[in-house]
Amino acid sequence: MTAQSRLLARADFNALIHALEAQGYRVLGPRERAGAIVFDEITRAEDLPVGRVSAQQPGSYRLEDSGNGRFFDYVHGPESLKRFLFAPEERLWTVSAEGTVSFKETLPEARPVAVIGARACDIAGMQVQDRTFLAGNEKIPPLLKGGHGGIYTDPYYATRRENLFIVAVNCTRSAATCFCASMDTGPRARAGYDLALTELEDDFLVEANSTAGEALLAALPLRNADAGAESAAAEAIEAAAVSQTRRMDTTGIQALLFDNLEHPRWDDVAERCLSCGNCTMVCPTCFCHSETDVTSLDGATSEHRRQWDSCFALDHSYLHGAQIRPQIRQRYRQWLTHKLASWIEQFGTSGCVGCGRCITWCPTGIDLIEEVNAIRATPGAQRAADI
Amino acid sequence: MAQKLRIAVHKFASCDGCQMQFLNLEQDLLTLARQVEIVHFAEATSVMQQGPYDVSFVEGSISTSTDLQRIQQVRAASRMLITIGACATAGGLQALRNWKDHGEFVRAIYARPEYIDSLAQSTPVSAHVKVDAELWGCPIDQQQLKRVLSDVLARITPRIPGESVCMECKRAGNVCVLVTKGEPCLGPVTRTGCGALCPRYERDCYGCFGPQEDGNARALGRRFQALGLSADEIVRRFRFINGWAPAMRAGAQAWEKQKPIIENMD
Repeated sequence: MTAQSRLLARADFNALIHALEAQGYRVLGPRERAGAIVFDEITRAEDLPVGRVSAQQPGSYRLEDSGNGRFFDYVHGPESLKRFLFAPEERLWTVSAEGTVSFKETLPEARPVAVIGARACDIAGMQVQDRTFLAGNEKIPPLLKGGHGGIYTDPYYATRRENLFIVAVNCTRSAATCFCASMDTGPRARAGYDLALTELEDDFLVEANSTAGEALLAALPLRNADAGAESAAAEAIEAAAVSQTRRMDTTGIQALLFDNLEHPRWDDVAERCLSCGNCTMVCPTCFCHSETDVTSLDGATSEHRRQWDSCFALDHSYLHGAQIRPQIRQRYRQWLTHKLASWIEQFGTSGCVGCGRCITWCPTGIDLIEEVNAIRATPGAQRAADI
Repeated sequence: MAQKLRIAVHKFASCDGCQMQFLNLEQDLLTLARQVEIVHFAEATSVMQQGPYDVSFVEGSISTSTDLQRIQQVRAASRMLITIGACATAGGLQALRNWKDHGEFVRAIYARPEYIDSLAQSTPVSAHVKVDAELWGCPIDQQQLKRVLSDVLARITPRIPGESVCMECKRAGNVCVLVTKGEPCLGPVTRTGCGALCPRYERDCYGCFGPQEDGNARALGRRFQALGLSADEIVRRFRFINGWAPAMRAGAQAWEKQKPIIENMD
């Protein structure tokens, strides 16, 4: 969209929150809680992590004072947009055995939600999940195409997705674990958002990317941006890209990983991997889940529930009385080869958006880039067979 | 409705806290009473019927020579045997004696040690008889207990999750205390089921639900060392409420100087 971009003074930020509230949105934004930035309800600019930055390293996340009054320098926390669309835990349907057996679908409430502070990687992650959950959706056809994909739409995800308003924030700062530039997903949000903000000296450069976004602009105290503001924004975003020290080399990655399934590096990483599942939980694209029935004690009613599951959980690979991936080596390999390689065949896109959350939030600090590089350095190496 | 299930709750070496979780079901007990007949439950009633039982819940570890015999009788009388809690499932806190000279403790503490009939080791029920399902925790979680009871009533295999506490933490939106504060949290190697209670209050998990199905305690120990814990502190971290569970034992093993006096029984 090449519409005139405009400026919102940082001092007027409350106007954005209030305009969203006035349109009936539940407004979520970044807030500091328990040593990290998470998404939660916000009602005013003071709720934002003003002057806070995250120092992220493999297995480590610390918030520090930046000494300035900027709102969005924190980069990101453990949460992406995933939990607002693909719920961590939800009821899918209920069944009652009172009288005749009857089933009832329990769709989520279609309440408009606005998220302020989604990053380019978060939106890219959402677009990857759209391929999984919205494959048959006509209202919001997935932007990404290709792969085998599917034909089914998940009505629970779709209900939330249709009611989500996204205020993107273009990153003007990168964390040490970020590598979106090399995955070509950021730091500038490109599509899939309603409004995008770029934080400047005293203002936000505001760009609309949807009809709903344009409509919201009308309610904000904006002034036209001059070319100087636009180039300052572009330079700040470019500087964030250039500052990224991590870089994923995806050259020939499908062949590289699938030709090296018995590489000794999988044993090496299995020595460090806890099989805790944190990487998959914080990943904006991981969609695995388990479904179970919770029956009332009197046996009269039952709920069918879905919750986030992980390929690192032993149960996840349980089929007909056997674990098909009983070793951590196999489970890590399953995750990495799917994320970076077979995802491309399946969905026409990598499953990795370069947010680096799996690096930061791994308790032992496993860096998937290092794992790929190690295999790339010694292709064809073979592990000793299991005794 | 088929005939009411005959349910028994047996106590071995334990603090009764898991039986209390049963009793604390309160309103649900009334619902349960319509489905089952509780025929043996020392914490609840003095009327204790003999077997056979459809389902026996067993609290407590095997700690005396009498326990050794009684657990065989319980097993023989029960169609299904489900352990409840850390003691019955892993040997409990009292298994700390397994690494020490048991006789020395008895002599130091009791005026007449000859009256004390306790085994050198505290061991889980599964070391002695076949166990059909294990409910972990110190104490067990009521939601899990209800889940198992409803599964039993539906005549299906009880489902008890084996994944890590981290999974529950992330689903709940808890912030990781290990990554943000460097706390020596046992969550990555501990089984979920508690609702991630401690991390929810920004406390590190101390493993009261026992090991997750296939974690990596040795790698977590190395992480603890990098966080500044001494070898002794790492051993104590793993050797606590569920210290005798094989995975926790392996976690401590790499950092300890002292080996168990008697080799493990399972």
